Amino acid sequence: MKQILLILALLLASVAATTQAETVVAGLSQNEVSITANFNGSEILIFGAVQRYAPVPEGDPLEVIITIEGPDQPVTVRRMDRRYGIWMNTEAVEVDAAPTFYAVATTNPFTQVISDTEDLRHRVSIPRAIRAVGTETEHQRDFTDAVIRIRTGEDLYQVLEGAVTLRGDTLFNTSFRMPANLVEGAYTARIFLTRGREVISTYETDITVRKVGLERMIYTLAHERPLIYGLLSLAIAIAAGWLASAVFRYIRTG
Amino acid sequence: MQIYLPIAEVSVNAFLLLGLGGMVGILSGMFGVGGGFLLTPLLFFIGIPPAVAVATEANQIVASSFSGVLAHFKRKTVDLRMGVVLLIGGLVGAALGVQVFNMLRAMGQVDLLVRLCYVVFLGIIGALMFVESLRTIRRAKANAGGPPPRRQHRGWIHALPFKMRFRTSGLYLSVIPPLIVGVAVGVLAAIMGVGGGFIMVPAMIYILGMPTKVVVGTSLFQIIFVTAFSTLLHATTNYTVDMILAVLLLIGGVIGAQIGARIGVKLKAEQLRILLAIMVLGVCSKLAFDLLVQPAELFTLGAASGH
Repeated sequence: MKQILLILALLLASVAATTQAETVVAGLSQNEVSITANFNGSEILIFGAVQRYAPVPEGDPLEVIITIEGPDQPVTVRRMDRRYGIWMNTEAVEVDAAPTFYAVATTNPFTQVISDTEDLRHRVSIPRAIRAVGTETEHQRDFTDAVIRIRTGEDLYQVLEGAVTLRGDTLFNTSFRMPANLVEGAYTARIFLTRGREVISTYETDITVRKVGLERMIYTLAHERPLIYGLLSLAIAIAAGWLASAVFRYIRTG
Repeated sequence: MQIYLPIAEVSVNAFLLLGLGGMVGILSGMFGVGGGFLLTPLLFFIGIPPAVAVATEANQIVASSFSGVLAHFKRKTVDLRMGVVLLIGGLVGAALGVQVFNMLRAMGQVDLLVRLCYVVFLGIIGALMFVESLRTIRRAKANAGGPPPRRQHRGWIHALPFKMRFRTSGLYLSVIPPLIVGVAVGVLAAIMGVGGGFIMVPAMIYILGMPTKVVVGTSLFQIIFVTAFSTLLHATTNYTVDMILAVLLLIGGVIGAQIGARIGVKLKAEQLRILLAIMVLGVCSKLAFDLLVQPAELFTLGAASGH
């Protein structure tokens, strides 16, 4: 099935190739990440090739940028200040949409591979991937910076400059390490080819991240039958409490 | 062994959770406290989202309290009548507390108020218990062999109507003080997201004048119902009870509670109280310290209010 898809992608790419000198074709090691009970993060390998029907153009070198983006969610960012001698939240800013996961890998340092205008258009870098109204002011900027800083600390935002290997101006590959604290949803993988900091070709594909098995069952029950779920949780608690008591009594008497 | 929690949506070490549950379970069995005031901050610390931690914790306390209360029933150290009176007050208080909690959340600052609540109540209760227990121990040493000094009963409590006989506690007093204690503890328990045992236990000893041995079992009895009530409330309104997290915590918790109940029997009442006082003061000073010292990260992320 995967091979058929790849061939299809190659065919489509060759059609597109008539308008572009260089196009990208790519594949993923997996299009689905299953969150099971012992899920501890996931490694995703992305590989691909540059297709061209003309000799390699002269001039600026070819660069590759690969991103993986999780579903967007609004975030409230609060800042603490010292008031009456204690630290408390004094200010809150709503960020309209920030990706729950964002990783970007490049062949070279970010400023060398893409221009600001192209970054703005395609939303490639992390600050561009976060949408917030009124982040023009220096003050508001602190709050979006905080989102990036905190999520980078949790491995949810990753900047991997130089992590993409490009061979013979044709083959490229990289791998992403997705942490365990992933949010469910549709993730997007994007690949950009650039020359002279201008995007010349893009490729996009989806990665589905979903809970399976027991995890799925519990999550669904909790959201669709909350009362039953709550009662079930209590029943488990009571049963466990009774069982422990009975076992200990047995050990003492027996 | 890493395990992914379906509701909390984080991956944590299963043995760490078992250990935390066990440790808190021992305290629960020894002192008749639910242990929520210890476990909640610990769960925050290992990266469980606060809303999930508070809700799941309530569920876990049900288990450890149930396990503990069975041990106490065996020894007939549960005053059922007193427990029911306190419980009626407690449920009313919990319902009120949830309202107050939602009001505070609408005003923002709910985190700060919860933490201030912790510092103030833990500080007052810990200090009172510590001083009182020390005094009792010193007095016991001074006149060894002599009869223990009778606890003073305040006159106004005995002047109240609706008197009831609480045979297990050996008390004959009005139902009004236990009802008020129940409501007050219920309110605080709902706001602070704990069972309320650490407030209930001293209130029973110092306000109602109940014997320490009966206090623990009766407190556990009452906590089961109050926390079961709040578990259901959290499960149906916020979907924040994580069953896997609860199971891991409670496996450790129920075993710990059994061990704790047996350690508790071997200790003298004063020793029990002074240990609890030291622990309460410890948690209190840690929380106060966090409020006063500049945090490393001034910004925090939360789900959007409209979410």
